[in-house]
Amino acid sequence: MLVFTGKNSFGIVGILMLLGLTNTICAKPYIPQSSDEILEQLPLLNNRTDKQLQQLQRQLSAEPNNLQVASAVANRFIELARSESDPRYYGYAEAAVQKWWRQPEPPISVLMIRANLRQHRHDFEAALRDLRLVITENPSNGQAWLSLAVIQSVQGNYEDARISCLHLKRLSSHLTEIACLSNAASLSGSAQQAYALLKQTVENTSTPDTEIQRWALTLLAEIAVRLGDDKAAETHFLQALALNQRDVYLLSSYCDFLLDQGRSKQVIELLKNDTRPDSLLLRLALAEQIEGTASLTEHQEEMQQRIEAYRLRDENIHQREEARFYLELLKQPKEALKLALQNWQVQREPADARLVIDAALACQDRVAAQPLLAWLKEKKLQDKILQQHVAQLEQGS
Amino acid sequence: MFILVLLELFSSTVFGHKPSDSYLAIGTQNNKISGQWDIALRDLDYAVGLDDNRDNKITWGELQQHQQQVSAYALSHLSINANNQACTTQALEQLVDKHTDGAYAVLRFAVVCPVLPKALGLSYKLFFDLDPSHRGLLRLQQAGTTQTAIFSPEQPARTFELGTKSSLREFFEFAKEGVWHIWIGYDHILFLISLLLPAVVWRNNQQWQPVLRFRTAFFDVLKIVTAFTLAHSITLSLATLGLVNLPSRWVESAIAASVLLAALNNIYPMVLTRLWMVAFGFGLIHGLGFASVLTDLGLPENSLIVALLGFNVGVEMGQFAIVSVFLPIAFWVRRSWYYQKLTLGFGSGAIAIIALFWFLDRSLNISSLAFLSRMSVSLSERLRDFS
Repeated sequence: MLVFTGKNSFGIVGILMLLGLTNTICAKPYIPQSSDEILEQLPLLNNRTDKQLQQLQRQLSAEPNNLQVASAVANRFIELARSESDPRYYGYAEAAVQKWWRQPEPPISVLMIRANLRQHRHDFEAALRDLRLVITENPSNGQAWLSLAVIQSVQGNYEDARISCLHLKRLSSHLTEIACLSNAASLSGSAQQAYALLKQTVENTSTPDTEIQRWALTLLAEIAVRLGDDKAAETHFLQALALNQRDVYLLSSYCDFLLDQGRSKQVIELLKNDTRPDSLLLRLALAEQIEGTASLTEHQEEMQQRIEAYRLRDENIHQREEARFYLELLKQPKEALKLALQNWQVQREPADARLVIDAALACQDRVAAQPLLAWLKEKKLQDKILQQHVAQLEQGS
Repeated sequence: MFILVLLELFSSTVFGHKPSDSYLAIGTQNNKISGQWDIALRDLDYAVGLDDNRDNKITWGELQQHQQQVSAYALSHLSINANNQACTTQALEQLVDKHTDGAYAVLRFAVVCPVLPKALGLSYKLFFDLDPSHRGLLRLQQAGTTQTAIFSPEQPARTFELGTKSSLREFFEFAKEGVWHIWIGYDHILFLISLLLPAVVWRNNQQWQPVLRFRTAFFDVLKIVTAFTLAHSITLSLATLGLVNLPSRWVESAIAASVLLAALNNIYPMVLTRLWMVAFGFGLIHGLGFASVLTDLGLPENSLIVALLGFNVGVEMGQFAIVSVFLPIAFWVRRSWYYQKLTLGFGSGAIAIIALFWFLDRSLNISSLAFLSRMSVSLSERLRDFS
């Protein structure tokens, strides 16, 4: 019989000290001085402060088998997860529809939620399977076609994406359809035409749906960046930001543009109080590195700890940020190239291509980038800065 | 201006967002199992509600109010078994720690099992009902090895083999510790050297004379080393098995005294023949010193004999290394004046002075002299860092 007694407490303390010392992310457990000490600030928007959510959750606990209410709770949590870029809400969303999640044929609303969450976890193949199930059941589900097109485009399958976008005709707004098509077209050799078409459509459409409008403006800005039209890009970014809805993706994209233009002071100004999302913390640190700001050390350390925390979970959804962190902040191009190539197997957006090219450039390793160089030629991807770096890489050997 | 500075400080401590994880560390040592579990306050608040005054802030006071509830909630979502027989957990204390995404409650607990676990089974289900993307990140530490695991709704249970270390490996590990202890245990080395210094000379008419043949010196040394070994093996075994138990201050002082007497004997010779008997007598005391080191290392109950044997062999190997370097050199230079005057005389004198300090320090606990022993400790620690 093993019994813990007071006599043994020295041994226990010894083991605990050992555990504490070897746990890398754990600092040093302590007992706070005063009972007034604030330990944790809960997010401003949560299940207690969000009235809509509060009401839905109350309804769900009264009727736990109500699929409609459960789906509404999940969708509200997904909205929160997006706007706050707080991944815990994705977990709460899953919990809300857990009852149906594992069924062999989940209802359509749960399939859509599951596809959404799987896309967020970069499990793109599983998300595509869910979306195809939805479409088989209901070919006129516009949201499913749009999500399908977005994933296909992230995977670099622009022709498939274009076909999915074509299905949006009459299933969604004209702006949604054109934004979807222009995105795919701009990445496969028709950037000029895509830009002109999308710009015209945005100008001629007045829609109360700011989410679609923001998305279209962000795409427009990104196409302009790739075409090298910095002035137009700036205009569209500012138009999108002026819609005044928090969008971490838009903010990161704008900061990347500013960093490429050497406007790192502006990045610091924009992000210095907005370090919760990892993508923003990374861009802030990159800007601070250029400016030689004192807080760089602290932010770099913070980023490192977050990466380690993700690694412990065995999750790869931050590989893009991780590769860039190793390349530009830690200046470890070998490790960066490894991560960038792994990331390239999962997602193939221009930013992912640029990471591989830049890491290969820093490593003087043209061979590693060879498959990607061939891919870029095949897809006829137009991206001014990327092409400059590709040229450097090809000249260098 | 001041407020601005404060704001700056505040903004820099904003925590990042991350999916929910808990950090569970389980350690086993000397047949005791204990755990430390770091759980995010945000998750605990979502599960049991900590923010009593609904101000969106969790204070230490609020956490303390829910201490019992938190421990009960967490520990009821973790089951541990030893060889498939259920163990129970006892909450010990609750602290706080900061991780990358905010503050965590740190639960320390003891695990009580009906049998000594060969296989430790863990079944984890914390928060899986509220957040299926929650992960339990486990570190299991035992005898210098660490196993890790990730608990998820897909894989909520794992069984770990414990104590699968082979006897041979354990033997070598303890042998290594034995060698190391001789290497850093200056008192043992100095005692041995004090006894060995006169082995290459002999006393005639109040004068040291070099021995003529290596054989003579060799057998002298052999007798001394064998007697020392035999003696400390006896007491090391007796003390480790719990048959002899003397206060460590007494033992440590006696060891210092033995070094002092052995060194003085080279300057004012009292015992000239049968030095091996001196070695045997004091060896008994040195064995008790070895035993306290071995006990501090943490003895495996089921392989006590292996550990004892390994440690003893290690000590002998360490000793053998010293002798095999010392004897040929001493024999080679035994005729020179500096061996007899400088080494035997001053060397023994220096050893005697160091031993005297040790003796006073250990027996009287004089703090002003403690720096010497502290110096040797810090030196040995630095040596250990290099190795």
